[in-house]
Amino acid sequence: MNILHLFDPIFRLPLVTGLIFAALLPVLGMYLRLREEWLAALAFAQLAAAGSLGGEILGLPPQAGALACTCVAAAFKGWIAKTGNNGYAVLMIAGWAAAILVLANVPIAEHLGHALFDGQLYFTTVTHLVFGVAFFLVVAGTLPWLSRKLLLERMFPDFFRASGTSAKKYHVVFDLLVAAGLALATATIGVMGAFGLVFVPSMIAYRLGPSWSGSLWIAVAIGLLAYAASFVLAFVIDQPFGPVLVIVLVALAMFGYLLQAVSSRKQRKSAGIAAGAVSGER
Amino acid sequence: MSEGALLIVDRLSAGYDRPVVGPISFSLYRGDIVAVQGPNGAGKTTLLNAIAGGARIFAGSVTRPAGVRVAHQQQAALPLDNVPLSGLELLALTDADAQGLPDWIKPLVSRRLDRLSGGQLQFMQIWACLKAPVDIVLLDEPVNNLDSAGARFLASQIREMRSTRAILVVSHDAEFIGNISTRTLHLGS
Repeated sequence: MNILHLFDPIFRLPLVTGLIFAALLPVLGMYLRLREEWLAALAFAQLAAAGSLGGEILGLPPQAGALACTCVAAAFKGWIAKTGNNGYAVLMIAGWAAAILVLANVPIAEHLGHALFDGQLYFTTVTHLVFGVAFFLVVAGTLPWLSRKLLLERMFPDFFRASGTSAKKYHVVFDLLVAAGLALATATIGVMGAFGLVFVPSMIAYRLGPSWSGSLWIAVAIGLLAYAASFVLAFVIDQPFGPVLVIVLVALAMFGYLLQAVSSRKQRKSAGIAAGAVSGER
Repeated sequence: MSEGALLIVDRLSAGYDRPVVGPISFSLYRGDIVAVQGPNGAGKTTLLNAIAGGARIFAGSVTRPAGVRVAHQQQAALPLDNVPLSGLELLALTDADAQGLPDWIKPLVSRRLDRLSGGQLQFMQIWACLKAPVDIVLLDEPVNNLDSAGARFLASQIREMRSTRAILVVSHDAEFIGNISTRTLHLGS
């Protein structure tokens, strides 16, 4: 395939739309990891797929179905006030089962089903982009305020309680952000692509980041790099985008581990030399 | 409510599955540095947890005027679990001022907390609570992992902060308590 075709206007739309989510999903992943609830990403992605397919049957835009499904799940999760991955595991298998049953029984959903599970982002429309930009603005307006509350509650869980307030509302707002982000991203780049962008960049950034803000930037950079590289690679080798993105992310994760192992070895070595110098002085 | 009291503990009996501490009554005023003392199992930590809302109140009450803010340094280390948070970012969470940090920790404030030693980490944790803009500070065994220089520095900081807040401190270190406390609260076994 001619690589120059990448610059064709028809490919710009999926590229730009996907880049928005490639920057946002790793950030959400950092906070999900902070709450030790990274499985939420896969649960919401599966629910978004089920919701998109349900929306298709009802004649609604896929984004509307996905948003409705994930936001109801997030509100329910907030209402029962349970944290941890158990609830998300249940939501994940329920979403998967619903999506597969719809696909097996409703022929009109087959086309969308392939796009969602293969991650074929070339079906991206202007609606996807508009939702993506709107979500970017919502995150940019909300997260700087929310970030401190989530970090404070994680580090000093007594802080809110001791002052007679509760952090629950901040968690509900964050749950809704994650639900909306995964719903829109899944409808754009597919289930596993969206989950991979939440899970892998944050995992690498947690290991390599010098601070929280530094780790956020690292996660965003990895997300953008992985997305852009996968976009070109999937185009050149003419393969579905979702699996290519996941393979690129896994390769980056392995590179991150290698980098950390080398850095730890160097640190141990220099610490050993320093200790030797001190004992030599004595 | 007693005139000017930041905290009134009235015939409090608190615990988790069953009462562990109390009944106990006392009040805290700005300028107080109250040492909570007693043998192991007397309920010193439970008392702090009950004031911070983390333990069950079986009888009596804990009352604060509206708007009185509380910071609670727990005995357990910060739940880091590889969270890549730096010391400066930790202090920013509670609005604690980094000015006045001792020279031995200043070069480390930009470092990730999970790469600090136990004592360095505990010091940052205490500083984040002690220097937060609050009215009451609850400190639970603050000098457990600190060396003598760290403990002396902390004692001087606590005395300096006295005029702006009330401090309730649990510690088995008699010298540290002797250096800072304005009165002592004894809990029985």
